[in-house]
Amino acid sequence: MYFEAIAKVIADRVGCDVSAVKPESTFTELGIDSLDTVELLMNLEDELNIEIELDQPVVTVGDLDKFIQSKQG
Amino acid sequence: MLTGKVALVTGGSRGIGAAIARKLASMGANVAVIYAGNQQAAETVCSQCREYGVVAKAYRCDVSSFDQVKETVAAVKTDFGTIHILVNNAGITKDGLLAMMKEDSFDAVLDTNLKGAFHMIRHCAGIFLRNREGCIINISSVSGLMGNAGQCNYSASKAGLIGLTKSVAKELAPKGIRCNAIAPGFIRTDMTDAQTDNPLVNLIPLGAMGDAEDVAEAAAYLVTAKYVTGEVLRVDGGIAM
Repeated sequence: MYFEAIAKVIADRVGCDVSAVKPESTFTELGIDSLDTVELLMNLEDELNIEIELDQPVVTVGDLDKFIQSKQG
Repeated sequence: MLTGKVALVTGGSRGIGAAIARKLASMGANVAVIYAGNQQAAETVCSQCREYGVVAKAYRCDVSSFDQVKETVAAVKTDFGTIHILVNNAGITKDGLLAMMKEDSFDAVLDTNLKGAFHMIRHCAGIFLRNREGCIINISSVSGLMGNAGQCNYSASKAGLIGLTKSVAKELAPKGIRCNAIAPGFIRTDMTDAQTDNPLVNLIPLGAMGDAEDVAEAAAYLVTAKYVTGEVLRVDGGIAM
């Protein structure tokens, strides 16, 4: 549900094609460290106009998508 | 120098916090004065800040509460638009000999002095990260550097602040956010009235207790020192060297 928005923010950030961002892509593979992930969430909050309280580490883009979905219902 | 910047100062109604609030206002920063209970004193500090032509507003907040801090930071952001400078100065003492200290006394001091700073940094971090700019100053103490008999709780909290300062400095430096600490020595405030009889006062190399304004000068330096992070700046007349 949020995957497309997440993929777009990541693609903008790392300068890759949005099709290169897949659910199974890890943030490490994408060149995004843990602190970058926090910033990425903030970009997403602004983009989606929601509040995301990330209280657990996420490894893949799909993990983040699932986490946001679980919090947003 | 700080025109257009927004500073949040905890424990801002009295002593060192009030002096720092006034100093930052004198440099052009708008100031959110956070106080625990003394609204009148906080309003007085705000009035003094406004004399410099800046915006100043007081907020009541128990910094030991994660949720209250979250609400307060959100309120400051709504009122001022953003936050650039965070000064964690709120602190309490519940002095006593270790052998007689109640658990409550230890917890209360840690909760306000150390966790309070964590709560503030935690809730301001998002704002700083978005701005890719931020300056955090934690008010520690020489008690945290040297220890002080009868203050094991206070010393532990202030030593903890130094660890917090250095970790936050390392973690957030890549994002343009600096974090430093000031370790004041014997400074004349309401809190140290009981310390004027402390024999250590006679050992201060510069020969006298300091003023809150001396600490405020150090804060002003750290706010403008763009290449300084993770530093612990003693303002103590030389007592802890």
